[in-house]
Amino acid sequence: MSENNIILDVQNLRTYFPIKGGVVRKTVGHVHAVEGVSFQIREQETFSLVGESGCGKSTTGRTILRLIEPTGGKVFFDGEDLCALDRESMRKKRRDMQLVFQDPYASLNPRMTVRKLLEEPLETHFQLSAAEKEEQIQWIAGAVGINPEHLERYPHQFSGGQRQRISIARALITKPRFVVADEPVSALDVSIQAQILNLLMNLQKDLKLSYLFISHDLNVVRHISSRVGVMYLGRIVEMGDTEDVYQTPMHPYTQALLSAIPKRDPLEEKQRIRLEGDVPSPANPPKGCAFHERCSRCMDICREQFPETKEIAPGHCVACHLYD
Amino acid sequence: MEHLLEIRGLSIDLPRGRRQPPVKLVEGVDLNIDKKQNFGVVGESGCGKSITCSAIMGLLSYPLTVGEGSSIRFQKEAGDEVEITKLSPAELRKLRGKDISMIFQEPMTALDPMYTIEEQINETLRFHTSLSKAEMHQAALEMLQKVKIPRAEQILQDYPHHLSGGMLQRVMIAIALINNPRLLIADEPTTALDVTIQAQILDLMNELRESYDTSVIMITHDLGVIAETCEHVAVFYAGQVVEEASVEEIFHATAHPYTEGLLRSVTSLGGAKKELYTIKGMVPAAGNYGIGCRFADRCDRCMEICKTQAPALTEIAPGHKCRCWLHAGGAEKEAAV
Amino acid sequence: MRRLGQTIRDLWRDPMGRIGMVGILLLIVTAIFAPYVAPYGPEKMIAMPKTAPCAQYLFGTDNYGRDIFSRVLYGARVSLEVGIIAVGIGATAGYVLGLIAGYFEGWIDRIIMRIMDILFAFPSILLAILVSTVLGRGLVPTMVAIGIVNIPVFARTVRASVISAKGLEYVKNAESVGVKTVSILIRHISPNVVAPFTVQATLALSGAILTEASMSFLGLGIQPPDPSWGSMLSEARAFMEQAPWMAIFPALFIIVTILLFNILGDSLRDALDPKLKL
Repeated sequence: MSENNIILDVQNLRTYFPIKGGVVRKTVGHVHAVEGVSFQIREQETFSLVGESGCGKSTTGRTILRLIEPTGGKVFFDGEDLCALDRESMRKKRRDMQLVFQDPYASLNPRMTVRKLLEEPLETHFQLSAAEKEEQIQWIAGAVGINPEHLERYPHQFSGGQRQRISIARALITKPRFVVADEPVSALDVSIQAQILNLLMNLQKDLKLSYLFISHDLNVVRHISSRVGVMYLGRIVEMGDTEDVYQTPMHPYTQALLSAIPKRDPLEEKQRIRLEGDVPSPANPPKGCAFHERCSRCMDICREQFPETKEIAPGHCVACHLYD
Repeated sequence: MEHLLEIRGLSIDLPRGRRQPPVKLVEGVDLNIDKKQNFGVVGESGCGKSITCSAIMGLLSYPLTVGEGSSIRFQKEAGDEVEITKLSPAELRKLRGKDISMIFQEPMTALDPMYTIEEQINETLRFHTSLSKAEMHQAALEMLQKVKIPRAEQILQDYPHHLSGGMLQRVMIAIALINNPRLLIADEPTTALDVTIQAQILDLMNELRESYDTSVIMITHDLGVIAETCEHVAVFYAGQVVEEASVEEIFHATAHPYTEGLLRSVTSLGGAKKELYTIKGMVPAAGNYGIGCRFADRCDRCMEICKTQAPALTEIAPGHKCRCWLHAGGAEKEAAV
Repeated sequence: MRRLGQTIRDLWRDPMGRIGMVGILLLIVTAIFAPYVAPYGPEKMIAMPKTAPCAQYLFGTDNYGRDIFSRVLYGARVSLEVGIIAVGIGATAGYVLGLIAGYFEGWIDRIIMRIMDILFAFPSILLAILVSTVLGRGLVPTMVAIGIVNIPVFARTVRASVISAKGLEYVKNAESVGVKTVSILIRHISPNVVAPFTVQATLALSGAILTEASMSFLGLGIQPPDPSWGSMLSEARAFMEQAPWMAIFPALFIIVTILLFNILGDSLRDALDPKLKL
């Protein structure tokens, strides 16, 4: 049951990082990490950004939360322009927009007990009595599956999966409305991944959360999201409902990406689209369509002009000259 | 010796000081690797798969040691067998890079950033062969072309940080195969790579199988990689082999509940947004194993006997071994008690 | 607190650490209880001048007939007092400047670090002398001079620690939660700075003691008749042939004290190294 309200509206987001060179450290160029990304997320929906390293999906997630300052474009959260907020107002907004980090080992302060880690967000955003804080901590610990007897322990005493639960608890204890999950299960074993994904999906129902899910794992993305955006070199090259994109991929990169997934069954016959060459560097993007050097169906116009995004089917868009 | 590599009763110990017995991180592992075989070793973190393969190369990092009674026999050229656990460091060095090679997970850090690609390839050639400089250059060039590196002549002069992860892994494969080893151990070679690059590398490894006589041990936690590349698979759990079979039987005639659980965790991904299958509980910490089967408290088909007696690895069908009471006559044993 | 106990235990396990800890402790105790332990007052000219060491005057007497043993013990007070206060000044100012420079970076970082670079370029003695010419001679100017000399090295150490701590995932996590900047600095960044900072402080103490001794030797630091190991050495110069003990004992104490602080600093660095833990 998804409501029609759009909770996040990203318009033409751009994030460039300066490259400094020379003795005087002048800016000699820019890394175009995010180049004109636009998408919308509705309430209680899971939208995924999927792509390989260097495509800009993590940077997009962090820029939306203004952990990295955007170079251009706009981000509207619940209709409010986040980029127009001053630092203190943005800091207070974080109560509603949280980030779950990828590395459960590095993202928790090793010197803080679990209780302190869970208290910190509460103390930052609310004025609660000790009893009220305790109540919230007990509630979230139960919701994510942390044994209340373990609250006095330190992160290093837990396994990877349990630490990720602590991270999720820390992000959700302020009852945010929107959560960016940046590769939350990539560092975990397969059997633990399943547990954490189940947890995320259940919590979404219970707390009515909207997720921006960032991952390179196409199987995980297919399972958890209702809509997906495929990124390549800072841009979204294809976007649509998950099943549409997975079953009828339009962009040559999406097709190659899906065919590159290792097969599930040794007896399965798989037709593989071979992609030659490497993922190009965002510091030196090719002219025209970013994918043209590796595309088997490259045409002359692809070398010159970046294609516009066009809606090919309801809710399914593609940026490719093949569909001009 | 009928196999290329015979591992018998391998255990790997972690010493705990003088007053306590060492923790056995790996226990009682028996494996046979044949010539020209693609052998997969699969398991999750901490199961012992990586250190088992490090032990084959004699590369266990301090303070791990190979336990008493372990045997690793390897067949070098025509009839010449060696017991790896008894070799001196100098003899082991002669073996590595020539008869047994290894490639690692992180190609970005596996090469020395101070030397060019050519210098690093030459390092292994100089140690194992007596080629002249010109001959080494030619050999390096040909090898890079075999691993499908474009502009090989130029890449030879580049430094590792100029190359991407995929290219570096190709270089690693080139260095590993240049001396025509009988055995190549690949420790999670594509885990750190993007999925399209992973596909390239796996395709490359499959193609090279045709032209080389090398057996490959592919260590991975990714069942998809196993499905793509391996013929025979051993599944590790808590320091033991729990199932061993051909890749088709592992996927379609799964015997051990852990293997089943792993497969279901992975294949329940995709399509309908149902709840994912999970194996309840957690992997027991090394040294904290109970007396029965190590998987007992996570198994949904656990019987009484599983909690009190540890099952042995038994052959349940030709070429298919399993460590589980469900298949080793456990039910009859239960009834008899 | 629990970390302090653990650190002390780790230090004890290391033989060098044990030596450093015990030695420094003895020194501190001696300095505190000097008035009770010293057999005579430091300025009392009570004996025959230039007497060799004997049972009555353990280290002998100087050219004024003062008991050198007593003077050395009182000198310990001066050295430690100057060392601790001077390093205290330098460390505090350096910590604050380094924290600001490291966390905020940008123009404020550049300004602070350029000033630090300028100060750093001076050899410490020269800088101390310079400050003395402005502030005069004596105990307090000495402490201030050595304090100023120490600021840059602390600022640099702290700044480097802060910059590397900023990149830690859990610091970024705290930012994403919305934690206020001050809380981030105190709770998440400072604990990472404490270890290198403490090691730096221990080593700076040994340097400060040497600098004080040098300044007193040159006549700029502690003024007579207050005893200081450095000024004792200076006075001993003229009597090296007749009464070498006047120089030997102060010099010995300077060397041993600096050695003890250096040993402690090295062991502390190992004991606090997070990579050797968990």
